[in-house]
Amino acid sequence: MTPLEKQPPSYMEEFMKGLWKENPVFVVLLGMCPTLAVTNSVINAVSMGLATTFVLIMSSMLISMLRRFIPGEVRIASFILVIATFVTVVDYAIQAISLDVYKALGAFIALIVVNCNILGRAEAFASKNSVWRSVLDAAGVGVGFTIACLALGSVREVLGAGSFLGIPLFGPHFEPWTIMLLPAGGFFVLGGWLLVFAWFKERKKVAA
Amino acid sequence: MAEHTHGHAGSAPALPPGTSGTKMIVTLGSIGLVCGVLIVGAFQVTLSAITRNKATLLQESILAVVPNATHSRTFVEHDGVLSPDADAAAPGERYYAAYDAGGTLMGVAVEAQGQGFADAVKLIYGYSPQRHAIVGFKVLESHETPGLGTKIESDPGFRANFDSLQVVPTADFSGVEHSVELAKHGKKEHPWQVEAITGATISSRAVARMLKTSTDAAVPIIAKNLEVLKGGAQ
Repeated sequence: MTPLEKQPPSYMEEFMKGLWKENPVFVVLLGMCPTLAVTNSVINAVSMGLATTFVLIMSSMLISMLRRFIPGEVRIASFILVIATFVTVVDYAIQAISLDVYKALGAFIALIVVNCNILGRAEAFASKNSVWRSVLDAAGVGVGFTIACLALGSVREVLGAGSFLGIPLFGPHFEPWTIMLLPAGGFFVLGGWLLVFAWFKERKKVAA
Repeated sequence: MAEHTHGHAGSAPALPPGTSGTKMIVTLGSIGLVCGVLIVGAFQVTLSAITRNKATLLQESILAVVPNATHSRTFVEHDGVLSPDADAAAPGERYYAAYDAGGTLMGVAVEAQGQGFADAVKLIYGYSPQRHAIVGFKVLESHETPGLGTKIESDPGFRANFDSLQVVPTADFSGVEHSVELAKHGKKEHPWQVEAITGATISSRAVARMLKTSTDAAVPIIAKNLEVLKGGAQ
């Protein structure tokens, strides 16, 4: 390795970048459809985050393992096949764990297949990196996605239903902001969080 | 590729030496096989838990819509005749007869579904043949607007409609005396009318329509097969 070549990032960095610096929702702005659609309660948001994380990790692992065997011409078809498989597995697993959660997430479980974070990580990372690195990268993006969903879900449930994880917070006199549970509320809260992130980044730039 | 063809319109671009077709097919086939094994494996592993969850949910729903019931038995309709314990795959409408601890028929639960405001709404209701009335109601699945359409599940005034919603079968069991119908909020005059929720007219109407369609067909069948249903307790 020549001194000019960049050192590969440490395993820790590989994981951590998805959480903050390259957060899939707040920085990269990918996978907005499930982010906005199912974050109207904390339990839905966390379930969607965990399901997506599972699919991310498993498909990145398998794709990285198979990366030397998959010809470039058929790689997209192969990736989608692998991703769709793990989404089906997650679909069955959620039904086995809780039908209530399954009903609440509805079609969005099946739509994890087209969450661009997953195909994005497969194409941009797992198909070019070792299994271990790919798993860490996927786990980082998955956890970052879950945190983002949780951030939206908490605000929307607390304001929109006056509860957290279904536990009432404000007593009977609280009038819920129903709009927070509707799609418009999703956009409001997302906008708010993006503002917070942009403000932090701006401040860091000024400080540097 | 664009650079190669630039200025040479018409001449075929030279393709790079690619992967052979056979290799592509073999790769895709192998991945397909691995994925197939994974999917079928997951299906087999989760099947018993999923079946159990669905059965528990159905049982809870039946007991929730028929007051004082402790257990139930499934009947399947075929040409207007109800027969008990048909296998799960048998075609035909399901009627869930619910009994109290002493084996007395307390009511019959029936599922109904139809188009709501946002998507299909699925519900289950309990019908008491003794009282000639719907005596319980539960939404199984809905995607109605939070705060508006979801009131069909939570609004106490709307739910009170189903404490006793009259549906009387005609004497010859060919139909019902009065079909379920929707009345505007505060305009309910007859015991077979469902009083709508203000601000959730479409969802209210959907529920009333579903119940009308379902009871028009189911109530005469329940009346005709009452003895079979009464004797079904185990």
